[in-house]
Amino acid sequence: MSFLELNKVTKIYPNGTKAVHETSMNVENGEFMVFVGPSGCGKSTLLRMIAGLEDITEGYINLDGILINKVDPSDRDVAMVFQNYALYPHMNVYNNLAYGLKNRGISKEDIEKKVNEAAKLLQISEYLQRKPSMLSGGQRQRVAMGRAIVRNPKIFLFDEPLSNLDAKLRIQMRLEIKKLQQKVGVTSIFVTHDQVEAMTLADRLAVINNGLIEQLGTPIEIYNNPKSMFVAGFIGSPQMNFLEGELINKTLTSEGFEINNVTSDFNGPVILGIRPEHMSQTDKGLINLSVDLVEQLGSDNLIYGEIKNKKDFCFRCPGSQIIKKGSKLSLNINDNNYYVFDKSNGNRVN
Amino acid sequence: MIRYFSSNFSHLILLIGIFIMIIPVWLIFASSTHTALIINTQGLQFFLGDKFLENYTKVLLYEGGFFKEITVYKMFLNSFLMATGVAFLSVISSLMTAYVLVYFRVKYATLLFWIIFITILVPLELRIFPTYSVMSTLNLVNSYWGLIIPISASAIATLFFRQFYKTIPDELLESAKLDGANTWRFFIDFLVPLSKTMIVAMFIFMFVFGYNQYLWPILVTSSEQYWTVVMGLKMMSGSIVNKFAFVIMSMIPPVLIIIVLQKYFIKGIFQDK
Ligand SMILES: Nc1ncnc2c1ncn2[C@@H]1O[C@H](COP(=O)(O)OP(=O)(O)O)[C@@H](O)[C@H]1O
Ligand SMILES: [Mg+2]
Repeated sequence: MSFLELNKVTKIYPNGTKAVHETSMNVENGEFMVFVGPSGCGKSTLLRMIAGLEDITEGYINLDGILINKVDPSDRDVAMVFQNYALYPHMNVYNNLAYGLKNRGISKEDIEKKVNEAAKLLQISEYLQRKPSMLSGGQRQRVAMGRAIVRNPKIFLFDEPLSNLDAKLRIQMRLEIKKLQQKVGVTSIFVTHDQVEAMTLADRLAVINNGLIEQLGTPIEIYNNPKSMFVAGFIGSPQMNFLEGELINKTLTSEGFEINNVTSDFNGPVILGIRPEHMSQTDKGLINLSVDLVEQLGSDNLIYGEIKNKKDFCFRCPGSQIIKKGSKLSLNINDNNYYVFDKSNGNRVN
Repeated sequence: MIRYFSSNFSHLILLIGIFIMIIPVWLIFASSTHTALIINTQGLQFFLGDKFLENYTKVLLYEGGFFKEITVYKMFLNSFLMATGVAFLSVISSLMTAYVLVYFRVKYATLLFWIIFITILVPLELRIFPTYSVMSTLNLVNSYWGLIIPISASAIATLFFRQFYKTIPDELLESAKLDGANTWRFFIDFLVPLSKTMIVAMFIFMFVFGYNQYLWPILVTSSEQYWTVVMGLKMMSGSIVNKFAFVIMSMIPPVLIIIVLQKYFIKGIFQDK
């Protein structure tokens, strides 16, 4: 039995919006699970059902062996970090952390010990007497984390907690959250629409689209083996290139080139997906790219150009390679690292 | 330059305003320190006389009513009890009403609110007979509760608290729930402290409202021992200078309340920002 089990969980809002469709998944004890997907796909709804902030329309949720469908949020022993932190504005940082403990009838000395420990861990000890309004965004974020950690709950739930921070701080906090979770070892679910955040944080991630889990797996599994065009396009940066094509008898024809011996029995119109980083320059390659734009990132170059009818085709090469605008490149796909999707439904067919 | 001018100009306007408001009070105060003869023959006085102690002592020792049961102290006590009672009850009841309207899953909460709000259009004076008959059925005529209860539900205060609660983000409630706060704890630990400044403001407002009541106390009490200050102003017999002195004294409690609570009011505003 898994630590957290979702069984055919469905959410229909009173206004008729079906936000989550029959979702089933398991989260193991101590695991860092990330829900990733575009805005409005139902990530928050799923998380809030686990927290108990939304009723479950259909299905079951088990946490630590207990059916929690009807359990009040205050009795679920879960902690949540909100996007806008939701700190208690009238309490100082100490009381923000202590409040949940007080409600659980823990003795004053124990509360003090726990709060001080958590504050030390998060480096907010100096601010314990301050009100939240006197803290910076990053500090508030830490207090929100502290409020979750101090209670030592069964599970941490994060709803896009980093999206109010500036880019640099976001990367720093991302790292700290991961380190912290590994240190305290509490099962966590993290919701984000940022695929880089998802890839870097997750032990496993669930790619969600339109209220359905499209794919569930480790970041590398999903990156290497996307099951659908949606997942392939969503995970990986820069985005995978998609080319129209036709697959007939294991031969794929697309934008002026052919690939033979495709491992698929599918016949018909397809979409060919190639990641920018899965190609390299050769003398007589498959793909001929005329370069329109070069983005130099230092470590890498992103080359954008045209192949036959396809514009903005992206190729990624080491930053040491000097490529000029207007030049023509000849590219090969490394190790057959390409993906073929059924054009009609986006499912992977190779 | 323009700034200097405009700030001086607004000061001037404020000074004129203060002047207009102070003058009548001053006239009454100054007149209350003269003899009745001077007032009756020469009208209101602008300068202080020498009968301050004499006139005010007489008021303090006054015993009113047909049975001489009521003293000035008793009137002040009655007014204070009534005003404080009204202020406490209406703040508490409107805090709770607003809580229910905003946070509970009440069907037609908005409609209910507007029904409550409409009562503003029906002041006590309009519903005075039904109210009296309710009070008399409850056996509350001639009692402090009879004075206090019928004016202790304030639609205005409910409106203020409701609008304020609506600005509090949902995440605060959700966060508190996950931290184990039940319905009652959320009210006490969150809504009450967050509305501290508004509570003080409403308290002042309702205190003065209760203190100034005239018609209702007259109607609901027949016993002299329930006379309030405002009733006393009307009922008091005696010379004009004593009445003036009493008018000045009657102003002291509300002014005092405002001065004392204003400190917390302003403190609250600056602390929470
Ligand atoms: N309280 C609500 N009432 C009705 N529809 C809602 C409510 N909350 C969210 N939705 C809808 O449910 C869908 C999923 O929302 P949400 O879970 O917030 O998405 P995400 O967090 O992935 O951006 C959206 O279409 C949204 O409009
Ligand atoms: Mg969301």
